[in-house]
Amino acid sequence: MSERLQALLANRPQVAAHKPWPRYELDDAGWSAAGQALGEGGVDLLGLWGDKDEVHMALRAVGQPPCVVSLRVRNESFPSIGRYHLPAIRLERAIRDLHGHAPISTPDRRPWLDHGAWGMRAPLGTRPPAARRDPAAYEFLPVHGEGLHQIPVGPVHAGIIEPGHFRFTANGETVVRLEERLGYVHKGIDGLTAGADLEPAAKVVARISGDSTVAYSFAFARAVEEALGVTPPPRAQILRGVMAELERIANHFGDIGAICNDASFALAHAYCGIFRERVLQAADRTFGHRLMMDRIVPGGTEDMAPGGARSIVQTLDEIEPQFAEIVRLYDDTPSLQDRTCTTGIVGNDLVTLWATGGHVGRASGRDFDSRRNLPYGPYPGAAFDVPVLTAGDVDARVWVRIREIEQSIKLLRTWLADVPAGSTRQPLPTTDISGEGVAMVEAFRGDVLMWVRITDGRIARCHARDPSWFQWPLLEAAIENNIVADFPLCNKSFNCSYSGHDL
Amino acid sequence: MRTLLLRSLFARPVTIGAPLPDKPSLEDSVLAELGRALEVKAKRLYGRSITIREVDAGSCNGCELEIHALNNAVYDVERFGIKFAASPRHADVLLVTGPVTHNMKTALERTYAATPEPKWVVAVGDCAAGCGVFANSYATVGELAKVVPVDLVIKGCPPRPIDLLKGLITLMDRTTAKAEI
Repeated sequence: MSERLQALLANRPQVAAHKPWPRYELDDAGWSAAGQALGEGGVDLLGLWGDKDEVHMALRAVGQPPCVVSLRVRNESFPSIGRYHLPAIRLERAIRDLHGHAPISTPDRRPWLDHGAWGMRAPLGTRPPAARRDPAAYEFLPVHGEGLHQIPVGPVHAGIIEPGHFRFTANGETVVRLEERLGYVHKGIDGLTAGADLEPAAKVVARISGDSTVAYSFAFARAVEEALGVTPPPRAQILRGVMAELERIANHFGDIGAICNDASFALAHAYCGIFRERVLQAADRTFGHRLMMDRIVPGGTEDMAPGGARSIVQTLDEIEPQFAEIVRLYDDTPSLQDRTCTTGIVGNDLVTLWATGGHVGRASGRDFDSRRNLPYGPYPGAAFDVPVLTAGDVDARVWVRIREIEQSIKLLRTWLADVPAGSTRQPLPTTDISGEGVAMVEAFRGDVLMWVRITDGRIARCHARDPSWFQWPLLEAAIENNIVADFPLCNKSFNCSYSGHDL
Repeated sequence: MRTLLLRSLFARPVTIGAPLPDKPSLEDSVLAELGRALEVKAKRLYGRSITIREVDAGSCNGCELEIHALNNAVYDVERFGIKFAASPRHADVLLVTGPVTHNMKTALERTYAATPEPKWVVAVGDCAAGCGVFANSYATVGELAKVVPVDLVIKGCPPRPIDLLKGLITLMDRTTAKAEI
């Protein structure tokens, strides 16, 4: 309950350097009480990550401003949050793998990101050497029952997609359990940013998940700006919004097309592929990069090319009526609806428990969008609706995307009609360059959380939490009792990030 | 549906023209080496056609997005005889992205081993070319050439689809030219 959390944090001293949300330092009892508050419901877990001698947790009592709580780790361990609140379990497994801080009384002691291939344990901690293990040696959850068989898939998949392992247990065609094993594309991003100057760190962060490069750079820039007390100029704010919405519609077009393709509806796939391509070409002409990588930097943005606003609007004019036709086609084709409707249902109870963002949460009735609920940059006062559906199936996740594209195009038109003149960069301070900042940005697949600690102009610690952390586990639930052949549809309708999750 | 079909009767194709092989921006030495490796037999076996298996060995997914774009109607890579296969056992070429994470190294090696001879490996993107921004991490092995022999490098972060297309056509033209001598 949120009252419990409020009572817990009342009169606690705040860490002064932390902006804009308050950060509190708790003791073991306080930390466990926060975990219990999570377990009772009404409080969303926004992130849980390790630090040198600490663990941090970002929380938000629903409808309240968020906060960060921290605990000093003792004897390389901390009280588990996962024993009260399931969504914390994988995050705690990652903390133990990376930092060596062990969650006490955790329900799941298996490694997560550490596949035994690094030659060491706790690479962000004490780095003791460790013998390399067979990467296939991983203890999947036991499955008992008559007539069950297993289908292992991955890490190298059949399509042009990222690597991960799916272990299906099926009874005939019906999936009775899916268990995911991830971590294959773990690149050590938290380690690469630690100790780095802001500019190289920004380059690494922009490559956490290529499809969300704008959102990640946006989140990093905002977290750094909060920490250093910098406000980017109005033109930069609008351009950030333009890039974020272009990224959103480009990805949504791609996803809608890919979902239709997995239901063998190639026409919609072909058209959506063209729409996506047109958006990327417009981004290239306007911002000099198809994915708009490295265009948002702490303090502002790169400027857009002359005539960029007109060029984007022309592209939207071209796409919008054609997309409306494809949407009608989607709605009017029973063979397609037959595949997407009632397939891969995720209940509202699960998206609420996991505080699942993006189209996965909003297609199952979770009415949250950080652009509206925790507004930032150009969004305060911007007129847009957040589409929310309740069916929770593949079809609902398609419709949320369709409606979001419409809203994003509306936002783009409004902003591009009147882009403020002036500079796009606010210089960062040159003295006293220290502080802690946190930011949340709505990427196309959900909310990205970014936390930075800057010491003397360098990143001391930077942590990014991808929306997929709270979506991947629900894919396991979505596929239950569906047939194996519908897994690609379910998976595409989620479109979780591997790279953003594995970090 | 009817309007879509009607329009398709009169609309011009969205597909762009074929790009010229990209001579200056590709590493000629690598290509020359590749050319040497190819025998007349290669042409007789494959003609002007290759089948590709894509392997993400730790990329940020940016390269995959642009490789994906090769299959859209604008680039339409299949008109050049280039197609993507679901299994390495059906592939002539491995298109590999990413800085090669330690966690993907074994899977990459097994995929390479599962690809029948003769086979070629193309390193796509700055990560596969030289580990990119992910160099010097405990979790990455480094450039692709440290793990499997590389025949061609296509740089970029990520490479644009047109650069990928130029690279792949260059690969085929050089192999064909070599085969015709």
